[in-house]
Amino acid sequence: MDHSEVPQDNSHTYGGHRKLLYATDRDGNYVGVPSTGWEAEEIATGSALDLLAQQQQVAWQRAQRGETSPLEYYMAYRRMDEALLAQTSGIWRWRIRRHFRPAIYRRLNDTVLARYSEALGIDITTLKTLVQNP
Amino acid sequence: MNDFTHQQSAHCESGVMSAMLTHQGLPLSEPMAFGLASALGFALIPFVKLSGLPLIAYRMPPRAIINGLQKTLGVHMRRQTFRNAAKGMAALDAELDRGRVVGLQTSVFWLPYFPEGMRFHFNAHNLLVYGRDGDDYLISDPVFEQPVRCDRAALQKARFAKGALAAKGLMYLADRVPDSIDHARLVPAAIQRNLRTMTGAPLPFIGIRGIRHMGAQLRKLERDRAKREQYLPLYLGHIVRMQEEIGTGGAGFRFIYGAFLRESAKVLVSDELKEAARLMTDAGDHWRLFALRASKMCKGREAMDTAVLEEILHGCADREAAVWERLQAWSRSQRQ
Repeated sequence: MDHSEVPQDNSHTYGGHRKLLYATDRDGNYVGVPSTGWEAEEIATGSALDLLAQQQQVAWQRAQRGETSPLEYYMAYRRMDEALLAQTSGIWRWRIRRHFRPAIYRRLNDTVLARYSEALGIDITTLKTLVQNP
Repeated sequence: MNDFTHQQSAHCESGVMSAMLTHQGLPLSEPMAFGLASALGFALIPFVKLSGLPLIAYRMPPRAIINGLQKTLGVHMRRQTFRNAAKGMAALDAELDRGRVVGLQTSVFWLPYFPEGMRFHFNAHNLLVYGRDGDDYLISDPVFEQPVRCDRAALQKARFAKGALAAKGLMYLADRVPDSIDHARLVPAAIQRNLRTMTGAPLPFIGIRGIRHMGAQLRKLERDRAKREQYLPLYLGHIVRMQEEIGTGGAGFRFIYGAFLRESAKVLVSDELKEAARLMTDAGDHWRLFALRASKMCKGREAMDTAVLEEILHGCADREAAVWERLQAWSRSQRQ
């Protein structure tokens, strides 16, 4: 890629940052050129982010309606899935799924909640209830 | 505090090693660090899944550059992981108080200075810590233009995040650094090693064969009625994400390697290497073409046509094969 062709597409996923790319100058030497983003990357990253946002939204609505516990929302909020939450909290997946049932989640003791709190980086008091807005 | 200077890089691990060794008296560019560690690769690993999709890597696995440079350059690296986070932080503080520059492996997600759109659960990020200021650590993150800061609690969380590729607080330092690099000996050997990864693997999903394999797989997915509608676009998006975003990108790595070949051509005065660098750039450009078309197809901005994508991937494979053929002839001639 010629250094004049390094994309500068101002991707919103970069949050105003620039990434370095190596490109060639007129003599074929490589130079580092900062890039503000690239359309192709933004499409791919953007759709991954959209999916995460959508999961978060759905989890919040379901928790609001009492169909799942706040835990599922906070998991989505931290961009995790069940497998990752299981790994980070050390709690089996089937137990996590059980804790998605509001009645069971409400009765959880602080020892279990502390493990979720540590894994998600959210304090126990917050974990117990659903936030007002997703 | 030491007189460390921050430098931005294309890739985190090669960037950290380049900055660390340069700071300690062995000037080493990022492309040279990447090339000497023989870090270029390709792998499509069907049985390692990331949110249900196969792992695709365009370079050697994490820590390959640190380990590779230790071996080829004879750098004495000291590395430590910790079961106890508090001990891990104390050990970091002790080294910083001694004025050392320390490399860390961390999660991306828990680093507060990353913009929201880049924060995914990826545990094999690398950065350098060069000092402390109150509760803040002074960090040279190679992906960023400027040095950044991170508070203690967040850095601890990032170092000790669990999950795939967990860092377990890994910290590494270069204790003894050679004072020069013997390019005439090391460059051909590094190229030979990389050649084996790209052309000599006995598995169909590694190296140049792996690139062709990915093309064939896309064709198969389009023929599969159950997977055509949902899975295929998702998978294409995934390939591009693995290529362009997670750890700088498939094309990006080809460009870093091209820069390594070009720098070697200069040091060793070789027209052969110069030509190989040009061809590698061409391969990188072809990968970018793939990313562009694939991303448009996965968004529906262009009609899905995996035959086109397969052809582009074969083009990438052909171009890379041509580079390695040349490099094989060159490195053989150097060894006699």
